Amino acid sequence: MSQATHTTPLIEVRELRKWFPIHKGIIQRHVGDVKAVDGVSFDVFPGETLSLVGESGCGKTTAARTLLRLYEPTAGSAIYHPKGEAAVDLFSLGAREMRRWRRDLSIIFQDPYESLNPRMSVGQIVGEGLLVHRVVPKRQIDDRVASLLERVGLRAETRNRYPHEFSGGQRQRIGIARALALEPRFIVCDEAVSALDVSIQAQVVNILKDLQAEMGLSYLFIAHDLSIVKYISDRIAVMYLGRIVELGTTREIFEEPQHPYTKALLSAVPVPDPTHRPERILLTGDVPSPIDPPSGCHFRTRCPFAEDRCREAYPELTQLTETHTVSCHLMDGTVTDTQDAPAVSDELA
Amino acid sequence: MSERNGGMKRGEVLLEVTDLRTHFRGEEGVAKAVDGVSFKLLSGETLGVVGESGCGKSVTAMSIMQLVPQPPGFIAGGSIRFAGRDLLSMSIDEFRRIRGNEIAMIFQEPMTALNPVYRVGEQIAEAVRLHQGLDREASRARAIEMLDLVKIPSPEKRVDDYPHQMSGGMRQRVMIAMAMSCGPSLLIADEPTTALDVTVQAQILDLIRGLQQETGMSVLLITHDLGVVAEVSDHVAVMYAGKVVEYAAVADLFAQPRHPYTIGLLKSLPDLAAPGERLHTIPGTVPSAFHFPSGCRFRTRCPLASAECAEREPPLDELPDVGGHSVACHHLKEAEAL
Repeated sequence: MSQATHTTPLIEVRELRKWFPIHKGIIQRHVGDVKAVDGVSFDVFPGETLSLVGESGCGKTTAARTLLRLYEPTAGSAIYHPKGEAAVDLFSLGAREMRRWRRDLSIIFQDPYESLNPRMSVGQIVGEGLLVHRVVPKRQIDDRVASLLERVGLRAETRNRYPHEFSGGQRQRIGIARALALEPRFIVCDEAVSALDVSIQAQVVNILKDLQAEMGLSYLFIAHDLSIVKYISDRIAVMYLGRIVELGTTREIFEEPQHPYTKALLSAVPVPDPTHRPERILLTGDVPSPIDPPSGCHFRTRCPFAEDRCREAYPELTQLTETHTVSCHLMDGTVTDTQDAPAVSDELA
Repeated sequence: MSERNGGMKRGEVLLEVTDLRTHFRGEEGVAKAVDGVSFKLLSGETLGVVGESGCGKSVTAMSIMQLVPQPPGFIAGGSIRFAGRDLLSMSIDEFRRIRGNEIAMIFQEPMTALNPVYRVGEQIAEAVRLHQGLDREASRARAIEMLDLVKIPSPEKRVDDYPHQMSGGMRQRVMIAMAMSCGPSLLIADEPTTALDVTVQAQILDLIRGLQQETGMSVLLITHDLGVVAEVSDHVAVMYAGKVVEYAAVADLFAQPRHPYTIGLLKSLPDLAAPGERLHTIPGTVPSAFHFPSGCRFRTRCPLASAECAEREPPLDELPDVGGHSVACHHLKEAEAL
């Protein structure tokens, strides 16, 4: 959705930080912080899907949950533009004021087995938000629940049944119905289809797409499966160790990736085509600890192109196109093209 | 590392599973988790066993390793031949000399498969002492050698680590080191990279492939990921509801899948969909192992299902036109148009 950049964003996140303090010893002295998210900025436009991708521990889930104030932010701002009202900074609101906007901001969780209360009926689960926020009179809740369930492809009668009676895919539909109950404008899909089998995953992704088209929803989509990300996203932000290293449209990220980490990540994805032999950039080692990230560019310890200057300063964001930004020292054009990467070709080819 | 491939040349059948049936007794009756699985694994090759949750792929692996808890599980029929020997008719003592020695296995979640209270080196050394009769010192040296083989940096230090001190990728390397320590001729890998990030997955698959080329061992790879299958397999067995529905060389399977289930599965991958296009779906869900449909088990979700499919179970027959490509379907002609 490239035209989206010309409209007002729905949410503007600036310099979001979430540090988790580490306490040690008998007096619980503060000895350091896990810098799970360390200064990320992005916009979410109306009706678009923005994906956050990166390896486990990169901070994608923490960033999204902090945005919804499920974690208290350490620093930064998140400007939300409500319909017909003045913009608010979600991070400066008290709990009561925040509650007012929670209706507009929703979430679908990864594990459909753990995110549904086993002691509540499907009707209670889906209708709970309606009851709490007093959106409709009590006697209408049943009808609303029924129509929500039908919207995600479940029969209205399922409202009297309990989560354990459903398969993983059906439970995820219940989770979606719950997320939709308050007619939100923005939904965080936190690995929402990751636990599902391929054929079921396709069903759920289609539902998400249909709902977006019907209701003009914005999604912040978090997933580690890059083929789903490629299919569902308008724009993609690539995260590494608490920061966004590259952000662009789906085409820009997949066709013209610039950051060495993005390139390595994309090259690692197995392709379901035995005649395709990927030129792979194999990264060595693991993601460093977010308690004590490397100096300068966080990626330099695993980067095949790291230079001396990469250890000195964190690279500034370079604006490549109107929609494409990247944070890498090599982008200033003083080094040879990174296309000449020491790629590891597949030995079986 | 010594060359161990069960005394076989590359291309000979190392493992042959015929009509394997592993059932479980439950409150609802008998769950036929594996119900007539047949395939061959050639020496030095990788066979990918692919299917969705509940199709019986892991139970197949557990049956080969004789790790199915009995009761409630039991082998209801079939045979498993490994390097010319019938594994199911062996005594448990005889089989123990094979398990962990000639056949080794790695699991999805290395944290649960490793013992958290023992150092990783000790866990590798234990297998070597048990199977190869090495003493304490020699087995520790062997453990360090194995950690080096799986490319763990400074193995002489990491040998004294506990599992929780390592990352997920490292732990999977330790599992592989342990599995490789006795020089197996068959490595069974049950979703070995499912819990790992793609960059680490690429490292681990690369490692397994390298070890295979070095030692000539065969690999039975169990996965739900068609990308991984395409990348590392020589042959593929597609499982659905306790049965192999299609078996072929990897190039044939992806170039021309013949079973409606395989076709549907490949079509529902987002890789192949154009942006904005709806994803192809297979309607419905996998039936419960307690109540499989009569006849062909895929018929309740199949676009080609006919009366014949409900009456008679289609046999897994080799195609007349493509050697080594077997499909269990009554409607092969119509499936070509899917």
